Amino acid sequence: MADQGDRDAVNEDQILGQGESTAVTAPTTEAANSSPSSDTSVLTTPQNFQAEPDTRTTASPAPQEESPAEKGKIDVLLKAVGDAPIMKKKKWAVEPNKKVAWIADFVRKYIKCEPHESLFLYVNQYFSPSPDQEIGSIYECFGSDGKLVLHYCKQQAWG
Amino acid sequence: MSEDREILRELWNGQVPVHFVLSSEEITTVETPQPYFALVPRQTYFPLCLEKVNRHFLKSTSHAANAEVWLDWEGTPLRLHYPVGVLFDMYANEGILPWTVTVHYTNFPESELIHLPSRDAVEAHFMFTLKEADSLKHKNTLVSNMQKKDHKQLWTGLLNDRYDQFWAINRKLMETSTENPFFRYIPFRIYQPDKPFIQTLVRPVDEEGRRLTLEQLLKRTLPDASDRTVKIQGIRVPEQTPIQWLSEHFSHPDNFLHICVLDK
Repeated sequence: MADQGDRDAVNEDQILGQGESTAVTAPTTEAANSSPSSDTSVLTTPQNFQAEPDTRTTASPAPQEESPAEKGKIDVLLKAVGDAPIMKKKKWAVEPNKKVAWIADFVRKYIKCEPHESLFLYVNQYFSPSPDQEIGSIYECFGSDGKLVLHYCKQQAWG
Repeated sequence: MSEDREILRELWNGQVPVHFVLSSEEITTVETPQPYFALVPRQTYFPLCLEKVNRHFLKSTSHAANAEVWLDWEGTPLRLHYPVGVLFDMYANEGILPWTVTVHYTNFPESELIHLPSRDAVEAHFMFTLKEADSLKHKNTLVSNMQKKDHKQLWTGLLNDRYDQFWAINRKLMETSTENPFFRYIPFRIYQPDKPFIQTLVRPVDEEGRRLTLEQLLKRTLPDASDRTVKIQGIRVPEQTPIQWLSEHFSHPDNFLHICVLDK
């Protein structure tokens, strides 16, 4: 379980500039500056996909030495692909029991994606996770260097 | 894995008897429509086999036209992006056959289900799940190096219930070699009632190089569960079975091992 560093995702900081990916505590704290329309709703769960009560303990993420920025939360790095607008803040601390649909909804609001437009999220630039999958489980399986990189785009980028 | 090939076909041919009834609130005719009975393949997804059901209920409700159909079992909406067999094992466990599910065309439960509005949406979901399994099994992913027509063949094999067509390609994803007889990680999901599914990184062998068994996998992922019934593909698999073998033989077409854990 320790060899997660050998995945492709590790070098992505170089692609989209690491300068902006400063660690933040929670999505609400700084979002107000950059995204006035979405800041209040960042921490509230959107109507679709309410988080189910988390009755099991969350598995401790590996590798352990790379603990997330905030205790119990997972650093999620959101990167634009194609003509999708770039997010000013890329790195977000997300509770592990949040669903993929929740992240997708958050990105939609942040980049002001119209309701008729599609939004796709990708892991490893290879597959799109199921909307009802928990971020914690995706991080455990596909995270590297203490974070989970998700690419987002408005057209299917990797069929 | 050649000697165990009959098992693959046996599992592929598994079907579940389903008794479809139209939700009483959605009947817009004086007469109550007859129920619809069907044998549904375990490996498929409900949205791929509801065409006849929809046609059957069309004349009894004014809501069916262009609406996205969804199903519930005793008030629990069924996640139609799970394989039929997984839903059956989770919810039809009292042994009462056929399995009665209620058909709906209105009030889509947005908070509980994801939309699969078309056959293309189911195909995308299937292919992405297959690729996710591929990324767990192989360091150098195989699906990405396949041709588009191979992707299509996997999908149409499932869609048209063609075992040979599907396995001609899927075999490549299940192959191991004598030098490396194991997958990198085993793609599995554990389902329990009213909980999100569990998916973690588990290797098919332990630190000493011994084959990991289903029992060990369950102990790692569900340390507290004791009195439980475990079903994969509707079968109570002996828990001493190595998970590498299960992954090669008991996975669904999406290449995931879908493990249902129920209270006794």
